[in-house]
Amino acid sequence: MAKHSQAGLDASFAALSDATRRGVLEQLGRAEVSITALAEKFHMTLAGMMKHVGVLEQAGLVTTEKVGRVRTCKLGAHRLEQEAAWLERHRQLWDERFDALDKVVEDLKRKENSNGRKK
Amino acid sequence: MAARSETESTPVKNRTGMERTSDRELVVTRIVDAPARIVFEAWTKPELLKQWWVPKSFGVSLLSCEADVRVGGQYRFVFGHGDSAPMAFFGKYIEVTPPSRLVWTNDEGQDPGPVTTLTLEDQGGKTLLVLRDVYPSKEALDAAMASGEKSGMCETFDQLDELLASRGAVSRQG
Repeated sequence: MAKHSQAGLDASFAALSDATRRGVLEQLGRAEVSITALAEKFHMTLAGMMKHVGVLEQAGLVTTEKVGRVRTCKLGAHRLEQEAAWLERHRQLWDERFDALDKVVEDLKRKENSNGRKK
Repeated sequence: MAARSETESTPVKNRTGMERTSDRELVVTRIVDAPARIVFEAWTKPELLKQWWVPKSFGVSLLSCEADVRVGGQYRFVFGHGDSAPMAFFGKYIEVTPPSRLVWTNDEGQDPGPVTTLTLEDQGGKTLLVLRDVYPSKEALDAAMASGEKSGMCETFDQLDELLASRGAVSRQG
């Protein structure tokens, strides 16, 4: 494995090993949130939350942007790739499901045809 | 695999499409080689539905499958996987128009879930199947996609835990 991706994995795992930071990611999956609001949500000081967000930012899991006096956090840069991968995973899931549906539908068609002949 | 005779026609596998068509909508499409009324039947009779909704490749089993397909009627599918606690998916049908349209809610999550619309359009003996999931907001769909959809965060965190556990194992060796 390339050295830089190993380092990336290490940073990700370190970032994700903390329950608060996982909770922060869950929140950011729902909406962008300011650091102040995150600190309140997780009953922490602003400085404490800034440390956690810093770790997530270092790992590339979160990006932050300062607008005026408010620093807002959102999920990190890999978002689009993740979305494409998610769609493909779910496409495959439905594909397998529809393959199974095809079989049930074939059975129904056969039954209908043989009933039709009996009449 | 047994040899096929030359005269036996090999059905061409139909392709499944999947697209995020807007901030809050996902669309799945497929052609089915049967009239819409047959597809509708397979979708609305529990004894048929449970034959295909959870193919073996999913690695989970369908413990129960109830579907009272009429306006206001409820459905409830319960899945099992190994020793894990069973997971229920449920909601109600809000529109039932045989054989072309079925609309239901997805109520298992903490937040309001998507509303799913199935349309079946007859196309000369075949059916164009379109399945549309409309989420209450962009944020709700983003969250679903970030969290591994219906299983919520639990599954994602289970995977993380596994990764972390295996990393721990590696560190111990080193």
